Order: sequence, then structure tokens, then C-alpha cells
Amino acid sequence: MTNHTAVLDEVMEPGTPQEYSEPAILSGPSEARAAGLPAWFREQQSAAWAKFESLPFPNRKDQPWRFSNVNALDLSPFVHSTRLSEKEREEILDLSTGLKEVAGRLIFADDQLLRRDPLPEKLLKSGVILKPLERAIIEHEDLFRRHFMAQPAALGSAKFAALHEAFVTSGTFVYVPRGVEVELPIEIFHWLHGENASVFPHTLLIADELSKVTVLEHFRSAHPNRAGFACGVNDLVVGRGAKVNYICAQNWNEKTLAIQINATTAARESSALSLNVHLGGNYSRFESLSRLIGEGARSDLLAVSVAHGAQEFDARTLQDHASPHTTSDLLYKNALTDSAKSTFGGLIRVEPHAHFTDAYQTVRNLLLSDDAEANSMPGLEILADNVKCSHGATSGQLSEDEMFYLLSRGIPAAIAKQLLVAGFLNEVVDRLSHPAITDLIHGLIEAKFQLRSRE
Amino acid sequence: MFCVPQMSQLSITNLRVSIGEQEIIRGLSLAIPKGEVHAIMGPNGSGKSTLAKVLAGHPDYKVTSGEILMDGENIMELAPDERARKGLFLAFQYPSEIPGVTIANFLRAAVQARMPEGEELEATDYYARLYEKMDLLEMDRSFTSRSVNEGFSGGEKKRNEILQLAMLEPKYAVLDETDSGLDIDALKVVAHGVNVMRGPGRGILVITHYQRLLDYIIPDHVHVMVQGRIVRSGGKELALELEEKGYESYEEVKTTAREPALA
Ligand SMILES: Nc1ncnc2c1ncn2[C@@H]1O[C@H](COP(=O)(O)OP(=O)(O)O)[C@@H](O)[C@H]1O
Ligand SMILES: [Mg+2]
Repeated sequence: MTNHTAVLDEVMEPGTPQEYSEPAILSGPSEARAAGLPAWFREQQSAAWAKFESLPFPNRKDQPWRFSNVNALDLSPFVHSTRLSEKEREEILDLSTGLKEVAGRLIFADDQLLRRDPLPEKLLKSGVILKPLERAIIEHEDLFRRHFMAQPAALGSAKFAALHEAFVTSGTFVYVPRGVEVELPIEIFHWLHGENASVFPHTLLIADELSKVTVLEHFRSAHPNRAGFACGVNDLVVGRGAKVNYICAQNWNEKTLAIQINATTAARESSALSLNVHLGGNYSRFESLSRLIGEGARSDLLAVSVAHGAQEFDARTLQDHASPHTTSDLLYKNALTDSAKSTFGGLIRVEPHAHFTDAYQTVRNLLLSDDAEANSMPGLEILADNVKCSHGATSGQLSEDEMFYLLSRGIPAAIAKQLLVAGFLNEVVDRLSHPAITDLIHGLIEAKFQLRSRE
Repeated sequence: MFCVPQMSQLSITNLRVSIGEQEIIRGLSLAIPKGEVHAIMGPNGSGKSTLAKVLAGHPDYKVTSGEILMDGENIMELAPDERARKGLFLAFQYPSEIPGVTIANFLRAAVQARMPEGEELEATDYYARLYEKMDLLEMDRSFTSRSVNEGFSGGEKKRNEILQLAMLEPKYAVLDETDSGLDIDALKVVAHGVNVMRGPGRGILVITHYQRLLDYIIPDHVHVMVQGRIVRSGGKELALELEEKGYESYEEVKTTAREPALA
């Protein structure tokens, strides 16, 4: 293997042209972009494009899009991204600050791999794979075919999943073999760069039996004011007894239309924890399917959002219990101010034979202004016996007593408010027991408040 | 007549406070000079906590007349956080629980708020001081990373109030029933924490229901509060007298005092 040092050369897939114009994504697949991919995959992409074209555009009358501002989904401005110059690459690499210590790191901008910090020798020897998707398609075709978008997008965005499949050209492939523990997190950056650029970030994580891994993914914009479109898919395949933490820090700029589709499958005795932090985007939709397919599996679905201005966060979830003695615990918290809006639609489904299931779903909205709006649609569908389920959604304001307590200590109102909102969100963030990542997330949330106080 | 200069006392004059239609503080005057410890004793419902919260600037209470001066400055129009930064501190009878905000971060924000603009709190100095005060109050250091008051026992909450007092070093401190919920050992620790804060630069008002606390924090003056008024003031021996005789006789005083007002 030659991938032991950070390399830039492998970014240039043979056949990738140096330049191409910027066709609108709605005019169809870009031959140039897909040039390096194998024929069978490109065929699959053509079929996906046909599917995208045939599926209807979302409508608010459909339950999965109830309360959603479907007008925000206008894709006509967005174009296929162009190649970044050497200078642009350097600038973005400089901006790519995250964790101090990682097992490996991939940095993408406009779907082009800028840099790869490979795994240490020890992990490579034990068979851990961390590769750009486009290489995994070729080098690990069997694994890839078996797991790539294996779960249908069932929560409303089938059309966007098809678009993703049609246009995906890069992303991250992680495989952790049986019994291997990757101590440090794997970190991935996806940047939006060009004006009206579109990206299709993909992460496929396969954790084999009794393995352990943590993946942190950043979504960021290189420019604060350039419009962009991100249509991402991440699939987590958690094998028997494996333990996976997946953290996504979504911090696109506020001119970004973002759609992220997640599918997690948890096998027997495994545990999957995902923490999704939603800070950016003007409309940001997040669909999360968690399937508990083996006895004793556990899934923790955590999310926080901080919404201001006219931002809209739209989350749809399904906790699907397909096996007995499984547990899922969803905790979503949104802090909203100005005329921001959040929507939650979530279902707990306990399939007929999935007895002795514990399933929880809690959504808390903190409304910091009169115009902020939060809609919650929790749901239960229980087809088994001996099931412990609870769901609840609440919306409230900051507690006046808590506020007074902080003020009485001399803490100015703006900072007191910030502390209380951060405290409200911390209950979720602190469920991840990984200090370096929680610090980073606290920092991002704080930065969002500061962005606000500068306005 | 000897008079403490306005410049070094917390003075309350003819204070009247209502909540909704109900008048709770009904013409109360009191002065706490720096260097002294005053105690207010009174039955439940006499308005002691209301007085404490009005001093701190709680928005729920309406001050209908009177004035509150701190070192000669009228603080009535100041927001609660401004009063605090000017040197007023209230240890709450029922401290709020603040989920997700650690004691370390909370106190850091409070200390930082007292520093000149542009100056950053030095983390190592801050922790050194915090640990020193925690040791004084026999608080385990693990408290720093716990959410403020969340899941604390009654006694832990009160210790945490006194920890804040020690960290913020106010000019005037009002301690509202800091003894309630404490066993005797905890009471001694908390009283010690308060006693080390006594000094010429600080005025302290201790509000209590029982005389017990005043065995450990010996006051210079004791005031009896009944139905929103100070009905009697005296030296520390007054506390013992109250312990023996209770408040009944004063409640009669109150009714007789009230009638002329109604006439
Ligand atoms: N927020 C409030 N709303 C309504 N009534 C109140 C409120 N706070 C205090 N009171 C009333 O004011 C009176 C005095 O209460 P308080 O100041 O707590 O007395 P103390 O501390 O002496 O026991 C009581 O009758 C109480 O019910
Ligand atoms: Mg009281």
C-alpha cells in the first residue's frame, strides 16, 4: 500500500478533466464528474437519475412533508461543481480545523478530495479501511455493493436519495473488521465552495462484529454568502456486538439548502449512537432511520439544533424495532429564535415479534421569541406485546426563575440567556461521552451565538 | 445622633411592595452598615423572602413606594445583574436548578462579568480560587462539573450559595434561610463560610426563621419582621427571647399597629 502519508496526487483520478463548465444539476448527470467511476456504478447512477425524474416533487399534503416549506426545495439554481484551484484548496485546508487527535482524516470540498491523513500502520495492518468512496467502489466492490444505500429512503426523501445516488462521486468508506477497536475518532470534512455549488456527501460505515469506532463529520461552507446545495447520505452498518458513535456537525452557511438522509442498522447486541448537530442551512432537512434488527440491539438518536433568522430545520425519524429486547432512545432538542422554525415528525414502530422492546422519543423545543415556531408530530405503532414505549414533545420558554438566578449573580442578560440555552442543549450533547468532541460541539454552538450577537 | 454615612450602608426606607393586589411589604425601613451583621427573624409568610428578592431586583414584585440605596446610590431602577455587579448578593432560600450549566462555567461567567471590558479571566487563577473556597466549605471538587443545583440535596444547595458568596465577594450579602435544610454539621460549615466573609468592607443581612443559625453567626443587631414590617429591633439577645416566647406577642402588636392605619 502506498497510502501511508498525506497525499494529494490520488485526488486526480485518471480521466478527470482539468476543467468543465458548470451545468445545472437539473440538466442531468455530469459525464465529466463521473468519469473515474466503474461502468456498473455509472449504470446504477443513470437508473437513479431516471428514478429522480419520475418521482413526484414533495408536497405539503403528504404526511412526510407536513409543515415543511417545500418551496425551499427549488433546485434550479444549483450547478455541478467545478475543479478547485490549487490556491482554493490550500485556503480550505487551512480552514479545516477540528479535532487535535484523530485516527484518520479526509477533507473534501465541492466533492473533491483535498487531503487524506491515512490511518496509522497498526490499524491498517489489522484491516481497518478508510478510503475515498470512489476507490472503495473499485477496491472493495463486494462490501460496497452489499451495503451501499441498502435501506430505501422511507421518510419522504426517496426523490432526493435518488438524486444523491445519481450524482455521488466521492465520500468516505470506513470498514472496521471483527474485534478491532479504533480508539481515536475518524474525522471527515465536507466543504461547499463554489457559487451555487452542489455536493453529494456520502459516508458508508461498516463496523463488523465486536468492533468499535467513532466518526465525526463536519459540513461547512468556505464562504458565508454563497448559495449551495448539499444532498448527503450516510449509512451506518453496525455488526453484532459492535459499538458505533457517529457525530455530524452540520454548519453550512445560511444560504444552503441541505438534505441529509441517514440509515442505521443495528445487529444483535450492538449499540449505535448518533449525534446530529444542526446549526447551518436556510432549510435543513434530516431524515434518520434506525433499524434494530438483532436481539439486544440499542440505538441512541440524538440531535440538537440552534435556529435563528428564518432558518428552518425539518427532522423526520423512524425507530424501527424488528427484533425482541431492543432499545431505542431518541432525544431531540431545538432552540429557536427570531422567526425560525423546526418540525419534527417521528415514529416508533415495534414490529409484531419485537417483544420486550424499550423505545423512547423525547422532543423539546425552546422558543426564545414570539415568532419562532415548532411543530412536533410524535407517533407510535406498536404491534408487539410487553413493550415499554414513551413519547413526548414539549415546547416552552426560558424559565424566568433560572434567568433571575443567573442575573442575580451579575451575569448580563445576553450571556445568561446563552448559558441557559447551551445548558438546555448540553443534556443532549453530554450524552456522548467523548470530551474532545463534546468540547468541539460546545464551541460550535457558542460560535453560533456569537455570530448572532454580532448581527 | 450617631449616623452611619449613607456612603457605606445598604439602606431601605419606607419600602412598600405588592404582588398582584396583595401588599406584602408594608412600610419597612432598615439600614445595614458595612462591617455589621444584621438578622431578620420572623414567622413564615411575613415577607422575608419577598424583601430579599426585591433587594435583588426580582421582576415579579411591584415596589409601590420607598427607596433602596446602596452606598448612597439609588438602585431601584437598576436591573438585577447591575445590582449584583455593584456588589449586592442574595443567597436564595430556594436556589434554582440550572440543568446543563456546570458550577464551574456558571461561576466563571459571574466572575468574568465583574472584570473590566476586554480582560479575560485566567483559568488557572480562577480554578485555584474556586478550589480554595470549595475546600473552605468542605465541598468535593467534583461539584465543579455538576450542573448548578441539579439533583443537589437541600444542604448541598445551601453550600453552593455560600460558595458563590465567597467567590463573588459582594459588599452586601442577604442570606435567606441559609440554615434551612442543614444538619448540624453542615450548619457549622456554612456558618464558618459566612463568618470568614465578615469584615469591615461588608454588610450582611441574615434572614432566618429559627434562632439556631444565630448561635453560629452572631449578629450585631436583630430585627423582628411580622406582616411586612419591622416590629422590633434589638441586640443579639433578642433572638434568644424570640426563641423562648415565639412571635405571638408581636402578631398582636401588628394588629394594634394596623388599626390606626385603617382609621
Ligand atoms: N410570587 C408570589 N406570588 C404570590 N404570592 C406571593 C409570592 N411571593 C410571596 N407571596 C406571598 O407573600 C407573602 C410573604 O411570602 P414570603 O416573602 O415568602 O414570606 P417569608 O419568606 O417570610 O416566609 C406570603 O403570603 C406569600 O404567599
Ligand atoms: Mg422565606
